[in-house]
Amino acid sequence: MPSLFNVGAAALRDWAQTRVAKADLDERDPDFIREMLPGAWVMANLYFRAEINGLENIPEDGPVLLVGNHSGGNMTPDTMVFTLAFCAYFGAERPFYQLAHNLVLSMPHLSWLRRFGTVAASPDNARQALDSGAALLVYPGGDYEVHRPTWEGPQVDFDQRKGWIRLALDTGVPIVPVVSIGGQETALFLSRGERLASLLGIDRIFRLKVLPVSVAIPWGLNIGDMLGHWPLPAKLKTEVLPAIDLRERYGSNPDVDAVYDDITASMQKTLDALAAERKLPLIG
Amino acid sequence: MRIDRTRVIDAPVSVVWDAVSDPSRYPEIMGFGDWEPRSEKTTGVGARYRLRLQVGSIILGGDVEVVECDDRCELAWHSITGVDQRGRWRLRSTPDGGTRVTLRLAYQAPGGILGLMADYVAAFYVRRILDQALDGVVEHVSRTAYRR
Repeated sequence: MPSLFNVGAAALRDWAQTRVAKADLDERDPDFIREMLPGAWVMANLYFRAEINGLENIPEDGPVLLVGNHSGGNMTPDTMVFTLAFCAYFGAERPFYQLAHNLVLSMPHLSWLRRFGTVAASPDNARQALDSGAALLVYPGGDYEVHRPTWEGPQVDFDQRKGWIRLALDTGVPIVPVVSIGGQETALFLSRGERLASLLGIDRIFRLKVLPVSVAIPWGLNIGDMLGHWPLPAKLKTEVLPAIDLRERYGSNPDVDAVYDDITASMQKTLDALAAERKLPLIG
Repeated sequence: MRIDRTRVIDAPVSVVWDAVSDPSRYPEIMGFGDWEPRSEKTTGVGARYRLRLQVGSIILGGDVEVVECDDRCELAWHSITGVDQRGRWRLRSTPDGGTRVTLRLAYQAPGGILGLMADYVAAFYVRRILDQALDGVVEHVSRTAYRR
């Protein structure tokens, strides 16, 4: 006879994993985005003093896979700033989607993200977005990357996740690396809490490998970051690198591991340069 | 929000008009945004451009169309996509044979109070953009070595 705990945990898992399944691309609302852009612009400009360079490297139209590193716990301010920059540069009319953990989209208070084009991360949803001709932003590092300790901020670490490379090869779309810095200074991130996550079984229930620990406003000690936090006004800087046609660069049948190593190495080199420019944490 | 800036240039209207009548030359002449022609017609009423302007942290892009082009007097455009904005060059002769040139940009960000806030914050950057453009026109006219 299954225990009440097991039944509850299974129900919770099913809810978290199935509530947002297949993406409905029509949920993206360009008119809503247009109305939100000015407010986001004020935030990016005055609060984060953001700098975004290299948007001209993104192909002007058609499907493209933007692959980035991201930071800042569950708030990911660099994602917000980059989404703003993309929509402002190309117009809200250009279809643009972003993948996020389905747990994020399961939260009722975050449902508005779908109107920005955020869809649950899955290979099918990613493919659906690209097949529709849209630009798609993915962060392969996911929860593993975004909750890394603050002192590991200037590190690109996708935890050897390579689905994005196979996706680009299958669909034939170019990859555009997007490198950001500053997000990991928006709170004091102490630990990913991987062992804690495994101990409590949340990796099996929620597909989350981490139970992060941080010090953040307004909670003080913040475990899990499930309710988010108020990010500190760290200067954010993003560099968009030139587009990569995988088969043109790596041959007709590229080695996925070699592609991963090469692209992440170039992203790391860019991140190192951005880190070297920073004089002080937060200030930039 | 409507912002305009004015300069008086010691050159006749025809010379100044030459500098402002072709938007695709604005980046080269005055560093005023990036104007990429998007129609077969590249000057005059009906010409369309993809305009990109750095406003603070963000580059704002959108398509615009020239809606007025009164030879040697005024050139105006309005946005088709992107942020709602309208721009205008106005040239008037001065009594001593010079040109009073005004560059105006009117824009309105959507989003209620946040949009209003963005309008006011952007005004600081827009004034600088317009000043830079006008200074570019002044420099260009003087570099073309016009002599009256």
